[in-house]
Amino acid sequence: MSIGSVPLRYRISVDRDQCMLCGRCVDSCPYGVFRKEGEQIHVNSRVCVACHRCISMCPRDAISLVERPVDYRSHPIWTPQVREAIYNQARTGKIILSGMGNAQDYPVIFDRLVLDACQVTNPSIDPLREPMELRTYLGKKPSHLNFKTVEGDTVLQTILSPNLMLETPIMIGHMSYGAISLNAQQSLARAVTECGTFMGTGEGGLHESLYPFQDHMIVQVASGRFGVDINYLERGAAIEIKIGQGAKPGIGGHLPGEKVCADVSCTRMIPEGSDAISPAPHHDIYSIEDLKQLVRSLKEATEWKKPVFVKIAAVHNSAAIAAGIARSSADAVVIDGFRGGTGAAPRVFRDHVGIPIEAAVASVDAKLRSQGIRNEVSIIASGGIRESADVAKVIALGADAVYIGTAALVAMGCRVCGTCYKGLCPWGIATQRPDLVARLDPDYASVNVANLIHAWTLELSELMGAAGINSIESLRGNRDRLRGYLLDENIMKVLDIKTVGA
Amino acid sequence: MTELQDAIRIDTSGMHYTPLNRAIRAAVTSGVRRIHLDNIMGQRFIADGLRGNVEIVINGVPGGDLGMFMSGPTCIVYGNCEHAPGNTMDAGTIVIHGNAGDAVAHSMRGGMIFVRDDIGYRGGIHMKQYQEKRPLLIVGGSARAFLGEYMAGGLILVLGRKGRSPLLERGIGSGIHGGKIIIRGDVPDWNLGVGARVDKMTEEERGEINPLIEKFACYFGLDPQPFLTDPYSIITPSSARPFANKYTWEV
Repeated sequence: MSIGSVPLRYRISVDRDQCMLCGRCVDSCPYGVFRKEGEQIHVNSRVCVACHRCISMCPRDAISLVERPVDYRSHPIWTPQVREAIYNQARTGKIILSGMGNAQDYPVIFDRLVLDACQVTNPSIDPLREPMELRTYLGKKPSHLNFKTVEGDTVLQTILSPNLMLETPIMIGHMSYGAISLNAQQSLARAVTECGTFMGTGEGGLHESLYPFQDHMIVQVASGRFGVDINYLERGAAIEIKIGQGAKPGIGGHLPGEKVCADVSCTRMIPEGSDAISPAPHHDIYSIEDLKQLVRSLKEATEWKKPVFVKIAAVHNSAAIAAGIARSSADAVVIDGFRGGTGAAPRVFRDHVGIPIEAAVASVDAKLRSQGIRNEVSIIASGGIRESADVAKVIALGADAVYIGTAALVAMGCRVCGTCYKGLCPWGIATQRPDLVARLDPDYASVNVANLIHAWTLELSELMGAAGINSIESLRGNRDRLRGYLLDENIMKVLDIKTVGA
Repeated sequence: MTELQDAIRIDTSGMHYTPLNRAIRAAVTSGVRRIHLDNIMGQRFIADGLRGNVEIVINGVPGGDLGMFMSGPTCIVYGNCEHAPGNTMDAGTIVIHGNAGDAVAHSMRGGMIFVRDDIGYRGGIHMKQYQEKRPLLIVGGSARAFLGEYMAGGLILVLGRKGRSPLLERGIGSGIHGGKIIIRGDVPDWNLGVGARVDKMTEEERGEINPLIEKFACYFGLDPQPFLTDPYSIITPSSARPFANKYTWEV
């Protein structure tokens, strides 16, 4: 028996009184929702993904969108999402692929944390007139310093490890060329260069047009080793080994052949149209000792001039794993929480595997401190950082800096429709179709992204000033400036914070 | 170090790999064309990320990741190799007068590796090719399980010298989606990994491998004749999209 079609996900309607038949909606929508026939715009709501491109382009605000216009019989367990997943799998017998980050309704720990501010004692600081130190150094810090005196001068004897210098603790995470468009990468690259911070290349190699920004780019080495050669390693400001990703811990990825166009094939160094398969593990890493070998091979290849980061997904044993990474010669550990975004991930992984970044960062920081090796690595938090308050909170929980991903895409127009995997992103971000890519103008988008980083940086310094803190280093791991609001005792123990009122 | 015009000799006894690689780089920069490394014993990462037109003669047993990210040089090893020689190698040649460990030529994207005897598990894993870059791995002896796993490009040739079967185990070409594995003799289906298929060699393919076999024989002073006329099996992907049928979109 046929299952039949599932109800409409979105209903688009056009206000005929407002519509002036300009046809911009028809041109805007790569999914084919609109068509103009005679003196009327006709709609096919079934193919709509709620990307809002038509709505943002309509000069008369004539288009409206309603989510789930058809009710299912309501039920707290058998939600429409659950039912539709079953219909899909009953029809296909396959694994469901989905886009963006975790869509499960888990409580957000960030939203149950509140920050402190000064009153009466320990006066707050006005960032307008007082210098606020947000500069952040990522990399190994020496456990002690040795000096010697040469002709009356004191000279540092300790050899320092290379560090990255960030003007703000906000970086942009790894989104590869292939997953996102070249215009999107260029916009991000120009923004981080402008802001004095860094971005990740993802595992898709480094396109020639990004070479001018290479001093602000962290090149990634993932299990597929796409685009990795000695030139690539030498160009990056730092090198990041990707072990795992918060959106799909424990599994690899594959860029479908249809997204491997001529230019993508060139930076990934694989034939046009072939699948780019990143296996789940690195085939030269089967233990923490092997990881050390890969870290050292990268350092040796670049003559120990570049910091090497290791990125892991936040999972149950993140703290112990991070302690291993801290002893591997790596300079920073990136922890990607279970809300991290992705172009495509199996829905079951995206929604059910991994742990929240808040708990992972706090436990990693605590573990490294308890073992006396916190100075060996910096901690970079990523996955679900939505606003400056999240940045302040995760730094107070022990992170040195953050990677943002989705937030930077939203700054370029992304509406979080979660349909990246279709490769038809109407905003020119998650697509390689030339006419769609051309919609994203790096001249404007780079300003938008830089504005966002700048605005968050301002807010962060205001939050710090209000708490009487004038240096980011004094906020780092400063759990006393956090309180848990309606968090249970176990979580508060993991985060090592007190409850509100205590 | 003994200076000989454009060749130098380094006694590496007790030397850590970092100063060793530093000495190699300095020599290459100063125009040295041949470097003899004596008493090598387990130093990892030799010639890691090294560029240039230089021949490195390695006397002893180098540690893992020999010639990793290497782009141009030739390494000739008189001894066995640890795991992953030619890891993510870009260009150049590695010649091994002996055996090599697991993951030989891992993610190799260009250049050539010749192993006189046997290799370990997962040889040639995820080798890939692009335009004129087509990596080549020739194994004189036999290979262990999962040869050419995830292979995306390039050529692996296993000769099965010394009367041994070239392949003793299962999982050949598991997840292969590009490139070619050529094995002397017959390959029964149970040896194949998921996504791999086996065919008889065509005359055209024989024309392609014979010069490579002669090159191999020349490196090791062997007689190529027995390998030039024997039957070979060709293992290729059964699909360029091995994972295409595993997924359905959410919407």
